[in-house]
This record gives sequence, structure tokens and C-alpha cells, in this order.
Amino acid sequence: MGRQEEVILEMKDVKVHFHLDEGVLKAVDGVDLRIKRGKTLGIVGESGCGKSVTSQALLRIVPKPGEVQGKILLYRGGKDGTDEPVDLVKLDPRGKQIRDIRGGEIAMIFQEPMKAFSPIHTIGNQIIEAILLHTTDDKEEAYRLGVNILQKVGMSNPEQRMGEYPHQLSGGMRQRAMIAMALSCNPSILIADEPTTALDVTVQAQVLQLINDLKEKSDTAVIFITHDLGVIAEMSDDVAVMYLGKVVEYTDVDTLFHAPKHPYTKALLNSIPSVSMEKKRLESIEGTVPFPMNLPQGCGFYSRCKHAVDGVCNAADVPLVEVAAGHHVRCLMVESERTEQEVEA
Amino acid sequence: MINYISYRILQLIPLLIAISIIVFVIIQLPPGDFLTNYIAQLKNAGNDVSESMILNLKMQYGLDKSMYMQYIIWIKNILLHGDFGRSFQYNQPVADVIGPKLTLTLVISVISLIFVWAVAIPIGIYSATHQYSPLDYVFTFIGFIGLAMPGFLIALILIYFVFTQTGVAITGLFSPEFADAPWSMAKVMNMLPRLVIPVIVIGMSGTASLIRVTRGMLLDELSKQYVITARAKGVAENKLLFKYPVRMAINPLISTIGWTLPALISGEAIVAIVLNLQTTGPMLLKALMTQDMYLCGSFLLILSVMTVLGTLLSDILLALVDPRIRFGGVAE
Ligand SMILES: Nc1ncnc2c1ncn2[C@@H]1O[C@H](COP(=O)(O)OP(=O)(O)O)[C@@H](O)[C@H]1O
Ligand SMILES: [Mg+2]
Repeated sequence: MGRQEEVILEMKDVKVHFHLDEGVLKAVDGVDLRIKRGKTLGIVGESGCGKSVTSQALLRIVPKPGEVQGKILLYRGGKDGTDEPVDLVKLDPRGKQIRDIRGGEIAMIFQEPMKAFSPIHTIGNQIIEAILLHTTDDKEEAYRLGVNILQKVGMSNPEQRMGEYPHQLSGGMRQRAMIAMALSCNPSILIADEPTTALDVTVQAQVLQLINDLKEKSDTAVIFITHDLGVIAEMSDDVAVMYLGKVVEYTDVDTLFHAPKHPYTKALLNSIPSVSMEKKRLESIEGTVPFPMNLPQGCGFYSRCKHAVDGVCNAADVPLVEVAAGHHVRCLMVESERTEQEVEA
Repeated sequence: MINYISYRILQLIPLLIAISIIVFVIIQLPPGDFLTNYIAQLKNAGNDVSESMILNLKMQYGLDKSMYMQYIIWIKNILLHGDFGRSFQYNQPVADVIGPKLTLTLVISVISLIFVWAVAIPIGIYSATHQYSPLDYVFTFIGFIGLAMPGFLIALILIYFVFTQTGVAITGLFSPEFADAPWSMAKVMNMLPRLVIPVIVIGMSGTASLIRVTRGMLLDELSKQYVITARAKGVAENKLLFKYPVRMAINPLISTIGWTLPALISGEAIVAIVLNLQTTGPMLLKALMTQDMYLCGSFLLILSVMTVLGTLLSDILLALVDPRIRFGGVAE
């Protein structure tokens, strides 16, 4: 333990609500997570469950009219002269303090590297811009650091690449360049929002490998967002399963795959093809994800859950409970099962 | 880049030839040719027109040859001698009639274009970044008035207002003592303050629509992923705005230069008549009404060629600012 488990970021009851004309859209509705140095936290869930908005909240780049509530505590380890954590929610989203953290402390890579780079500036220009903001004021040094980092992410002819435009690179190369830009200022946290969804399968594996290698080398914490449980298994140390803006199950990767508790997690696991269970029919989860506006009280998964009990599950909002050391589940049925066992014992 | 430009220029040649043929046909459309008119005019004036003189004129303009040869001679005269034919209404070569007025028109149009861009783009940027703010609504309101109200009406109102308030008639580009004087520094200085009103009036509707276009383009760009990437890197909002989305939003505006210039030139006609400006507009209108075909045709030709050249210019500018066009243009 000790250094191994050093928490560098803590989200406490984080909510992101969009106040729209039609009502309040609760994109993220009470998320508690802990990011540990050198570890990967996987966030998984169906499209629209609030994964991207959660990551935007961390950088305070949630678009208008979104509003972030709760606490996001960043432990900078004395870098800003105090051991006290900064609460990112309290910072002015246009202010100097958060701008230093963006890219410098927490960096992000995105789903579509083609759209994520400006098409009219060279790769080099965009990487050097980040380095000049956070690392050095010297342009020549920034250029050298840029070439260096491109080399580190495995790009051939890094000096030539610096002068090229995004459309001149292949998809995989572009994502490498994106990773290079994110890591160019040695952030302590890297957020990867579906970084391989837009790539070919073979390229996907290379990019995942690259992220894992770089994480090991630089001791960066990674928040890995995906809707693909297979990728989660490959990348994560801890996993949070999200549903309708809430974390429904949060545990280490082994427990998640071998002893999942939440009905939604189980359903997700049953819906992926597995090599070992060849003949078994794949199950899809019935129904669709409700729209996160004007939701009724109670468990968000109620309408699609096979174990749901009327009058219990839809009576009041369900809390996230630690059912075993480090294993958190948001389900009344799981909880009652556990209390019964305790009573018996 | 050189490849791209030469490729674009090569593409223009057939277009220019097609335009010249159409203009030639239009000149030939009315019954009779300008020579018949010209001779009739000379006779009316009591001049003695000899057979040899008529023959000479016929030879000079190739009127005794086939249509096809006439076209060749016409275009050759234009290209080699700058001879656009004669305006029978002014009884002068067309080039001499148009020349000085075209210069004045170009000066006013270019200044109007600069005025339009200098006013509309900053306002458009403000409106997009402060969407639905009170000032955004104010600019939108003024913009719609500018779009809806015809330029000549604004010109009339301005003339009336300035005249009743100060007693100065602001029509014309020069005060009387300079009107026929040769060009000099003093004449230019005399013109500058008098340019203000025509430029505002001519640029009004262009400004209004450019504000709308800039605002729309920029709103589109502001929510794009590359803007979010830059923000996530820690770039300050103002720096980010001008380096990324504003530059992207201006690219499509550059491609409008091609047709904005001729639109300004023909659009100022009525305004120029109201304000009594010695530009090409009033002359074009008169030439059309009197069927002075060589004059009309030359106008048409010059306006079309300017549109084509304007488009070429904006294409080159666009390639300069957008690497995707620079590198991909020829290949794709
Ligand atoms: N800028 C926005 N304005 C309004 N609603 C938004 C915005 N961004 C996301 N949402 C809504 O928030 C919810 C979560 O979105 P998101 O975090 O992007 O999902 P995902 O898990 O697929 O990344 C969705 O219902 C989405 O419609
Ligand atoms: Mg997403």
C-alpha cells in the first residue's frame, strides 16, 4: 500500500445539471470516485450515461448551460505551495488557476483525433502551444520537447511530423499525436474519452498498448472511458459502471468480472461475446436507457431490471453502499441479500 | 501552391472565352449595327459621309466579314489595342468613356468592401460570443434594418437630414471647383470626406448580411471539438477564440470576395444616381436605356471578368490560409 494507493483526485457527490428550457437534464447525478497515482480507473456504461460529461466536469469545460456541483478535490502534492487539495468546482472556469491545471495537471484525449486537432494548424504548432503554456517559455526548447514526445509515442520522422497537418496523418498516427500532445506537459492524470472507438481494430490494440506503456513509465493516473467491457478488462485497475448519470457499481477489475453484484453490470457482462462460453446465447438488455430529464424517484435501472420489486426499488433514490472492502454497489436487492447473510452468520 | 494556382488559372481560360462569346452575342442582338447608328448620327449633324469613309469604318470593325470573323476582330481589338468599340451616345471610344469612371467606381467599391469587413466581422464575433446578450439583439435589429431598407432610401434620408441641419448638399464626390479639375493631391483630399456617406450607404446591406453570416459561422465553429481540445490544454479564452474558431469562420467569408466586388459595383448604381456620383453605375443605366450596345457589352464584359478574377483571388487567398485546400486541391 502506501505510495501505491496514493489518491490524487477525489470526486465527491459530483453533479452536472443542464438547465434547459424543457427542464433540468441531470447528465451526471452524484458521482463519487477516487483516482490513484499510476492506476487506471475505467468508466464504462452505455452511450448517454454521462461518461463524457463527468470528464468535462473534471476539467471544468462543461459547456453552457451546464452547472457543476459537489467537490472535485485535486491533490497537487505541494506543487502550488500547500498540501491542501484544490476544489476544482470552486475555481472560476475561465481563471488562471484552472487553466494551469488543464493540460498541465489533468490532460485529455478525445474520441475522434481528426476533429480534435485544428485542421489549419500543424501538429507541431498545437503541441508546442501546450508546452509553452505549461513547461517552458523558450520556443526552441518547446520544439525539442515536442519532437521528443512524438518520438516517445512511436512516430517515425518526428521532425517531419511536427510540420504536417492533421489530414496528412493516418487515424492511428493522429491519435498518437493526440496522446503526445496530452502527455507533453507531464500531467499527473490523463483522461482518455473513448480514445479508440473511432479507430480500426488493429490500430486500436496498438494505441491501448501505448497508453499502458506510457502510464507505467511516467506513473500517470489514467481515467479510461469506454462503452466496451473488453477494453476495460485490458486497461483498468479499478472500474466504475455508470448508468443514467450515477455510478452503480465501483470495484477492482477482478471483482467486477468475476463477482459482479449489480443487475446492470451482470446484464452488461452477459451481453458481450466470450470465447469460453461459445454456445451460450447472448443476452441483450431489454428496453432503452431513459432520458435523464424528469426521471421518477427510485433506482434508475428500475424499468429494465429483472429483479426489481415494486414499492421498494421505486420508492426512494438508492444509495451507493460498500458491500465489501472496496466494492460499492447501488442496489437495494444486493444490500438486503447481504444483511440477511449477516443476520444468519 | 504554384501548381494549384496555375491549375486554377488554366481552368479560367475556357470560362473567359465563353463569357466573351455571350457578351458578343448580346451586343449583336438589337437590330442594326452601331455603324448604321453612327452614320445616321453623322448625317443628322449635317456632316457629309463619303462612301470611302463608310468602307474604312466597316473594315476597321470587320463588319463586312462573317459573324465568326467579327468576333475574332472584336476580341483582338480589345486584347491588343484596348479598343472596346465606340459608344455612339457619347461619340467616343468606349474605353475613353468608361476609364475614368471605372477608376472612381473601383476606389469606392474597394473602400466599401474594407468598410464592410472592418465593421461586420468584429460585430459578428461579438454577437456570436455573446449570443442572446442585449447587444447581440441590438446588432441583430440594426442588421435587419440594414438588410431591409434599400440603399437609395438611406441615401435620400441622409442627404435630407444633412441639408436641413447644416445647409450643405452632400451630393457629388467633389466640391464644384474640383469637379472638372485634373487629379491632384488637393482633389483627393477634397474627395475623402465626401466618400464617407456613399461608402456607408453602399456598404450598409453588405455589412448587415456579413454580420449575420459571421455570427452563424462562428457559432458553428465554437462548439467544435478542436476548440474544446484547445481549452482542455489550458489556452486562455480570448487567445483561443482568435487562433482557432475565428480563423476557421473567416475562411468561407474569403470565398465570398469574388462575387461581393461586382455586386457592390452594380449595387451602387441607384445610390450613385441619388448621390450624384460620377461612377459607372448611372452610366450603365443610361447605356442600357439608350441601347448603346458596345458600352453595355463592355460593362458586362468588365463586370464578368472582375467576378472571375475576384473568384480566383479568393481561391488563392483561401489556399493560403487553409492547408487542406493547399495540399488536397489538385489531387482530389
Ligand atoms: N452540452 C450539453 N447540453 C445538454 N445536454 C448535454 C450536453 N452534453 C451532454 N448532454 C446530455 O448529457 C447526457 C450524458 O451525455 P454524455 O456524457 O456525453 O454521455 P456519454 O456517456 O455517452 O459520454 C446525455 O443525455 C446528453 O444528451
Ligand atoms: Mg461520450
